[in-house]
Amino acid sequence: MPTTVPAYGKEAAGRLASMADVTASDGALRRFLHGLPGVDAVGLQARAATLGTRSIKTTAKAYAIDLAISMIDLTTLEGADTPGKVRALCAKGVHPDPTDRTAPKVAAICVYPDMVGVAKEALGDSGIHVASVATAFPAGRAALPVKLADTRDAVAAGADEIDMVIDRGAFLSGRYLEVFEEIKAVKEACARPDGSAAHLKVIFETGELQTYDNVRRVSWLSMLAGADFIKTSTGKVAVNATPPVTLLMLEAVRDFRATTGVQVGVKPAGGIRTTKDAIKYLVMVNETLGEEWLTADWFRFGASSLLNDLLMQRQKLSTGRYSGPDYVTVD
Amino acid sequence: MSSAFDYAPAPESRSVVDLAPSYGLFIDGEFTEGTGGGLRKTVSPATEEVLAEYTQGTAEDVDRAVQAARRAFEKWSALPGAERAKFLFRIARIIQERSRELAVLETLDNGKPIREARDADLPLVAAHFFYYAGWADKLGHAGFGPDPRPLGVAGQVIPWNFPLLMLAWKVAPALACGNTVVLKPAETTPLSALFFADICRQAGLPKGVVNIVTGDGSTGASLVAHPGIDKVAFTGSTEVGKAIARTVAGTDKKLTLELGGKAANIVFDDAPIDQAVEGIVNGIFFNQGHVCCAGSRLLVQESIQDELLDALKRRMATLRVGDPLDKNTDIGAINSAEQLARITELAAAGEAEGAERWSPSCELPGSGYWFAPTLFTGVTQAHRIAREEVFGPVLSVLTFRTPEEAVAKANNTPYGLSAGIWTEKGSRMLWMANQLRAGVIWSNTFNKFDPASPFGGYKESGFGREGGRHGLEAYLNV
Repeated sequence: MPTTVPAYGKEAAGRLASMADVTASDGALRRFLHGLPGVDAVGLQARAATLGTRSIKTTAKAYAIDLAISMIDLTTLEGADTPGKVRALCAKGVHPDPTDRTAPKVAAICVYPDMVGVAKEALGDSGIHVASVATAFPAGRAALPVKLADTRDAVAAGADEIDMVIDRGAFLSGRYLEVFEEIKAVKEACARPDGSAAHLKVIFETGELQTYDNVRRVSWLSMLAGADFIKTSTGKVAVNATPPVTLLMLEAVRDFRATTGVQVGVKPAGGIRTTKDAIKYLVMVNETLGEEWLTADWFRFGASSLLNDLLMQRQKLSTGRYSGPDYVTVD
Repeated sequence: MSSAFDYAPAPESRSVVDLAPSYGLFIDGEFTEGTGGGLRKTVSPATEEVLAEYTQGTAEDVDRAVQAARRAFEKWSALPGAERAKFLFRIARIIQERSRELAVLETLDNGKPIREARDADLPLVAAHFFYYAGWADKLGHAGFGPDPRPLGVAGQVIPWNFPLLMLAWKVAPALACGNTVVLKPAETTPLSALFFADICRQAGLPKGVVNIVTGDGSTGASLVAHPGIDKVAFTGSTEVGKAIARTVAGTDKKLTLELGGKAANIVFDDAPIDQAVEGIVNGIFFNQGHVCCAGSRLLVQESIQDELLDALKRRMATLRVGDPLDKNTDIGAINSAEQLARITELAAAGEAEGAERWSPSCELPGSGYWFAPTLFTGVTQAHRIAREEVFGPVLSVLTFRTPEEAVAKANNTPYGLSAGIWTEKGSRMLWMANQLRAGVIWSNTFNKFDPASPFGGYKESGFGREGGRHGLEAYLNV
């Protein structure tokens, strides 16, 4: 196996260049993606279900809860968002539990591009990243120049991370190279004048891609195009992150690193609401990828209501009593 | 295994199981002392702790049990099917209600991980009783004539690998068809059968319909040789199966045998690799490999050998071996010192014959019987580990180049119980399934069981089918 470099590092481009032959043409890319091993749906779901039976108790649970909190992209993506709402969310991200300052801070605050400036200011030097959705989120149905402008705007406003959506229409109709080129273009739009770049998360909307084979193919396609993170969903459709889909994406980043040496992160988003669910995901990461991925640099939860459940479980572990929803903040 | 995210111990509580210091025999609806006065000990294979004493049944005890079953047969077989079904449904429900207790008991006595006892054994046990309860009043529609009759008294001898599940496979169809039974559980795992006797009482099953006689091989030999039984059903080793066939030869007893296996798990280059790896692991390490249909020979297409073995080793390194009662344990204890010795001897033979041995680094507990999950590469058809049933967590890896070669190697065994095919190509899957001489063929999965699906072997893996409509035939006079 080649030595590992992070997807956002300078060396990653060189590694990806070694795979340039598979992305040289639409035909080559199609042959490569269709040559990836198939996914047996029943087997994949069974494996995810078995990992879901792990019993995480006491010290392991305390570790997992704090880890999960530190991996949250605390999200508000509503038409009704206001600067006040975003500031409140930022305050919560910095100190999730006002009664217990030992609770870790979240990884990032995830907002629409026009709220990036507000979030950036509210978070200050807390170390929490600002993630912005972009590229005509959530549908992605806009012309490429619009998507790129959307991205540049968010980066200019100070976004540390960009959560783009792929063109599912193009992917489902087999125009793989078009999807690939679009991700590459957005990646370039993430660059800042000083030479650094916002990290790029690529959202697949797996609920719309439907088949597991599609999920494996789009994972490889996105990683070849330079994704720093691959992300399941927007949270805006009927089916969002599921354990089997996430497991499959974990296997994809594992295999991608074994092939190219480039390490890519994974972010399940949407529908993860309870501590129990979050721990199941962490078990999947632990037993599929190991501790190299068990940090906020390489695994994130896209969630809004998950945090409060984690905090209530955290209080239960430290005090021995259930506190209830009035003892966590509603923001 | 990651060190940062260490799973804290998550032991299932033993307190749900109330074990008596010693157990008698269950004959004619009562627990009675054995006539021989001999007691045996059953130990937890994970700790070597003595769990309880149980009775060594003698030929005289077997005779009492057979007579009780004979007396009960007249009324039981005359009951309308729907009435027999009521008892079976009741038993199935009690098993579900007591499933946690029975799962813990099975784990204690057998050494299997609680996760498997809880998620595989017990749900299947209940499902089997529910399934055959459904047949009891529909036997006239099973394809064996309008009013098929039961055989009489069934003598059943079961193994130690799935004690309660093998009991269910034997008792449920026998009772549904109107037979009465005398069952001899394995010498190392008698407890769940004795608890089942209590469930029969709880369900109000008429006296003598189910009799449980515990003991060693000599008790089983007395049972199968008893002139008062009409049917012998045995699951266990091919060696004992042959001896039983000789005993039964020349009598009018009906016989079904479910014996050993050396299943091939065949992986083609177009297989869904990640799921194939799971299937290989499940195929050989499920229940510590104490599975007659275990996929103990991995036949992998040469072109993907390296990739598949790398993935398999990586996966094996995450298997959690240890305390069977811990809910996160994947591989428990070997059932007995005797079995451990056999596995150790065959693994040593594998090395001596030149195969390359590999195990992930894992710490085995200090007491009890343990064997690390083991992989042998460079195995050929000539090696003992490719021909003899290990009945432990030992996988032999062989390669093939073409589908024809895969079939030839898979069939090149005296056994024929099961096989697995991993390919995304439907036509090849069906062609392979037709070529393989094995009773059960799994495709893109392994070790999947369902009461509606018949199970049984070709060649030295035995004859007769258990499960499904086919499973009724063994207990009907047809």
